[in-house]
Amino acid sequence: MRYQLQENCLTIFLPKEIDHHNAEDMRETADSIIKNQHVKYIIFDFDKTDFMDSSGIGVIMGRYRTIHYLGGEIWAVHTNERMKKILTMSGMTNILQIYEEDTL
Amino acid sequence: MKGTNEMTIIFDSRSENEGFARVSVAAFMTQLNPTLEEVADVKTAVSEAVTNCIIHGYENEIHNIEIHCMVRDRLFIVEVKDTGKGIEDIEAARRPLFTTKPDLERAGMGFAFMEAFMDQVIVESKPKEGTLVRMKKTIGKGRELWTTQSL
Repeated sequence: MRYQLQENCLTIFLPKEIDHHNAEDMRETADSIIKNQHVKYIIFDFDKTDFMDSSGIGVIMGRYRTIHYLGGEIWAVHTNERMKKILTMSGMTNILQIYEEDTL
Repeated sequence: MKGTNEMTIIFDSRSENEGFARVSVAAFMTQLNPTLEEVADVKTAVSEAVTNCIIHGYENEIHNIEIHCMVRDRLFIVEVKDTGKGIEDIEAARRPLFTTKPDLERAGMGFAFMEAFMDQVIVESKPKEGTLVRMKKTIGKGRELWTTQSL
C-alpha cells in the first residue's frame, strides 16, 4: 500500500479495489504508521479506487476511532460518484469530510 | 424457455477469490445490458455475501462456496451458498451494525449493503448446515435512452 507522511498528516493511497482480502493489509500498514509517527490527520485518497465494500468501511471506522481518540480528523479525497454513494450510505460522511476540489 | 440462462461456479473460500467471484458474476450479467451502476451494485452485493461465507460461514477454513446465477428475462437472481456453521439468529444478523466479530473490525454492514444494492435479499440458514443468500435485481429499470437526454 502506498502512503505519504507529512508532519502529522498521513495520506493513504487506496488500491483499485478495497475488499476483505486487502483490507487486512491496509489496516496493518496504517496502524503501524499511526502508532509510530504521531499521526493526527488521515487522508484517504480514493483516486485509484473504483470498488469498495463494507470491509473498507470497517477499515475507515477503525482508523477513525484511533485518530478521534487523539483529537484528530479523517478526510476523503478524489472520491468518484460510486465512492461518495458508498460513504454516504454507510454513514461515513458523519465522521469524515469529503474534500471536493474545484474542477479545473 | 426464452430469456433464461444459468451458470454455477464453485470455488475455495479463500479471500483471494472474492475478486474472482464478483467479476465472474458481473461478466455473466452483461447479457442483460446493465448500466455501470447496476453492475457495481451486484458486484458489491456479491462481495458482501462471499465475504460472509469466508469469515462467518467457514471462519477462515477452506471449503467450497457455490454461486448460482439465473437470468429470467430482466430479472437477475444470484445465490451464494456455503455449508458452514450457519446463522443462529437471522433477524439479528441482518440488522445494520450487528456483528459477531467486532474484533475483526467488521462494520456489521454486510447485509445492509446487500439490501441497499439489490431489490430483494432472502436468507436461508440452519446452524451447522450452512447459509444460502438469494438476491434479486431487475435490470434496466431506471434506464433512460441516451437520446432522451439533452446533449
